Amino acid sequence: MTPNTTAIAVFIVLFLFVTVLGFVAARWRRGDLNELSEWGLGGRRFGTIVTWFLLGGDLYTAYTFIAVPAVLFGAGASGFFAVPYTILVYPFVYAVFPRLWSVARAKGYVTAADFVRGRFGNGTLALAVAVTGIVATMPYIALQLVGMEVVIAGLGIDMNPTLPLIGQVHDFPLIIAFVVLAVYTYNSGLRAPALIAVVKDLLLYVTVIAAVIIIPAELGGFGKIFAAADPKTVILPAATATSLGAQSAYATLALGSTLALFLYPHAVTGLLSSSSRHVIRRNAVVLPAYSFALGLIALLGTMAVAAGVKAMPEYAEGFKAFGNNFAVPALILKMFPSWFVGVAFAAIAIGALVPAAIMSIACANLFTRNIYREYLDPDCPPKREAQVAKIVSLVVKLGALFFVIELPSTYAIQLQLLGGIIIIQTLPSVVMGLYTNWFNPWALLVGWAAGIGSGVAMAYANGFKTSTYVLNFFGLQVPCYAALSSLVLNLIVGAALSWLFNAVLRTPPSDATVEADYA
Amino acid sequence: MAAEPKPRRFRAIHLLLLVPYAAMLWVPSYNRVEPALAGIPFFYWYQMLWIVLGVAVLIPVYFADERSGK
Repeated sequence: MTPNTTAIAVFIVLFLFVTVLGFVAARWRRGDLNELSEWGLGGRRFGTIVTWFLLGGDLYTAYTFIAVPAVLFGAGASGFFAVPYTILVYPFVYAVFPRLWSVARAKGYVTAADFVRGRFGNGTLALAVAVTGIVATMPYIALQLVGMEVVIAGLGIDMNPTLPLIGQVHDFPLIIAFVVLAVYTYNSGLRAPALIAVVKDLLLYVTVIAAVIIIPAELGGFGKIFAAADPKTVILPAATATSLGAQSAYATLALGSTLALFLYPHAVTGLLSSSSRHVIRRNAVVLPAYSFALGLIALLGTMAVAAGVKAMPEYAEGFKAFGNNFAVPALILKMFPSWFVGVAFAAIAIGALVPAAIMSIACANLFTRNIYREYLDPDCPPKREAQVAKIVSLVVKLGALFFVIELPSTYAIQLQLLGGIIIIQTLPSVVMGLYTNWFNPWALLVGWAAGIGSGVAMAYANGFKTSTYVLNFFGLQVPCYAALSSLVLNLIVGAALSWLFNAVLRTPPSDATVEADYA
Repeated sequence: MAAEPKPRRFRAIHLLLLVPYAAMLWVPSYNRVEPALAGIPFFYWYQMLWIVLGVAVLIPVYFADERSGK
């Protein structure tokens, strides 16, 4: 691809601007960054507006904005499940997660695993929750890099330049971007992505609004856009007498993703950094603004079909390298003037930095609190705790970088698909735990193992290509998101064994919290 | 444990939170092309509309909770 000079200039200016912001953030609402709750949770001081930007930047990631329209581009209606998913998540957050905030504040918890440790008095269960969180998040960070790679390549920047003295370096621009990210995250902690998220979201909304006004007008209206799409995939195929088909897959993907989202460590970190439970409730009401943007962005996939970018020789190289993930960048390149391409691509690339920073901070919090302090250095002072977290955040990002550079991106995509299936298995411990300590921790652990085992087995049976596994009920085929069906098994095992253990052992619950902590 | 708070009271208005689930998980209710809106098939604009309706459901619950000082 030929370099697009104007777009590259705009892109670099915006990128430099957020880099400066990332370093300045350390001074914003200044706190003692040698405390884990200051570095890793921004001092739990973010109000409604900052939390709105932070969670918006955290949950609606660059990869989402590349991958969701890519599914609509390639497969049609089934990719739109992201919309009901992000509708359903907010009533759930509203009802459940203010309780987690309150108990975390009352007891000084920084992670979901901290809470499980306190609620059930069982370090092994807490360790399982922590490790699940880290394993589920790592490929997610790698995918943010994939999102960034797509737009940098779209700008026509040489990804593998030959440098003086060193020779050819693969993915050089990506390495630069990530090193910068790693340094200011180390320096400023959660304050950096919180501040950068404001810029990213403003760029994003400008891009989305311009795209939905200009592109349909250029293409002759939505009627023509949908007429160009494959009529078989404009809506989901109907159910038959023997199979519910794509419709049950659609509904279970929406529900399972809803239940899984706020179990991810980066989502928990975003929630716990808010200044009160009221902030969480208000955000459940105002965050759907991002869902609307996501819905519009999803439709860019259909617009890309109508624009016919796949057949155009100038984008062939991009499609060859990134598959359908190149659909949105190609559409933007075709439809907008160069300077605006720079703005739009910067929105996506910065949109990768924000979640990548929060995810690495969340993993660092988990490792430090629930592995390092729990097992390796129980007496560590707060300053060393914060120092360990900062270093772990670097290691995590380097790991993700290595992953993307050394392995094909399909690995990251498949692992992220597994991420949803495994993170949802912490739901009984975390979400049920917010309401009752009736469950026995060992029973929860066995349920967790059963859920992970069955979920991974289902994904394996699909060759890790899709996360919907066809269940068979008396001859009726029901494609179901493996996260949801394995969660049901997890819950049944956890509840049955809890009932058994409670009846036989009669061990009283070892609960460090009281009901007043949750209000 | 001196002042054990009142046990969690079930609030009927919280049932409103289940309405979006009923609407969105019953996929056959919206899996069709017509009536299209400005060329956008029903499947797409109806689900986009539910983003707004989802907020409309949350707002009365929010104000009821804030009033009761929870």
